[in-house]
Amino acid sequence: MSTAEKYVTAAYCAIFALVLVYVVIIALKVQRLERDVDALEERVAERDEEQEREAAAVVG
Amino acid sequence: MSRERAEFADVGRTHRIPLSTLAAASAVLVTLALVLVFFVAPNDADQGFSQRIFYFHVSIAITAYACFGLGAWKALMHLWKRDPRADLESYVAIHQGVIFGILVLVTGSIWAKISWGHWWLWSEDQLVLFLVLFLFYAAYFMLRFSVDPGPQRENFSAVYALFGVVLIPVSFMAIRLAKQAIHPVVFTRHGPNFGGWILVAYVVSQIAVLVLAYTLYRVELAGKLVDVRLRRLREATA
Repeated sequence: MSTAEKYVTAAYCAIFALVLVYVVIIALKVQRLERDVDALEERVAERDEEQEREAAAVVG
Repeated sequence: MSRERAEFADVGRTHRIPLSTLAAASAVLVTLALVLVFFVAPNDADQGFSQRIFYFHVSIAITAYACFGLGAWKALMHLWKRDPRADLESYVAIHQGVIFGILVLVTGSIWAKISWGHWWLWSEDQLVLFLVLFLFYAAYFMLRFSVDPGPQRENFSAVYALFGVVLIPVSFMAIRLAKQAIHPVVFTRHGPNFGGWILVAYVVSQIAVLVLAYTLYRVELAGKLVDVRLRRLREATA
C-alpha cells in the first residue's frame, strides 16, 4: 500500500469512525429514553394502584 | 393543550419522508458514492490517488455550511414566531454542523499532509476561516448550556446562531478572494473545475453526504422531541 493510499484510507476510516461514534451516542440516548419511559410507566401504575386503594377505602 | 405543548406533541408533524426511508436512502447513496470514488473515478492527473479524499472532504464541508445555515434559519424562525420547536431544530442543525465540521478539519488535515507535507498551515485563509467558523459554533454550546432552560436561553442561542451565519460566505469566499493560495479551488465562476466521472462521483458523494446529514438530523431531533415530551409527562405525573 502506497503512502497516498494509507492516508486516503485513514481519511475515510476517520469519517466512518466519527459517524459510528455518533450512532453509538444516539443508541445510548435511546436506551436512556427507554429507561425513562419504564420509570414513568411504573410511576403511573403505582399511582393507579394508590387511587384504587383509596377508592376501595372510601367504599369500605 | 397549550401552544408550546402542541408544538412538541407530534414528533413527525412536518416531515413527509419517513425516517426508515431516509436511513435506507443514506445507506444506498453512501455505498454508491464509495463505489464511484474508489472503482470508477480515474486518478487525478496532478494529485494522483490522494485526490480521492476530495469527494467526501468537499461534500462534508458544504454539508457543514448547509447545517450552520439551517441552524441560523431556524433561529430566525424562532425569533420571528417564538416557536420553541424551531429553537430545538436550530440547536440540532448546529450540532450536526459541528460534527461535520470536525470531519472537514480531520479529512482536510490528512489531505494537507499528503499534498503540502503539513497537517495545518496558518498562512491559508480558507483553513483558518473555517476553523474560526467551527470554533464560533462550538462556543454556541457553551453559551446555550450556561443559561437555564427557558425563553431566555432560546433567545440568546437564536441571536448567537444568526450572528454566525455571516461567517459562512466569508469562509466560502476566502479562497476565491485570496491572491495567493495553495488550497485548491473546486468551484469557480465558470462552474466546477472538473468533468466526466470525477464530476459524477462528486455529485453522488455530495447528495449522499447531504442525505446522511439530514437523516442524522432527523434522528437526533426525534430523540430531543421525545425527551421534551417525557419531561413534560414526568412533571405531570409527579
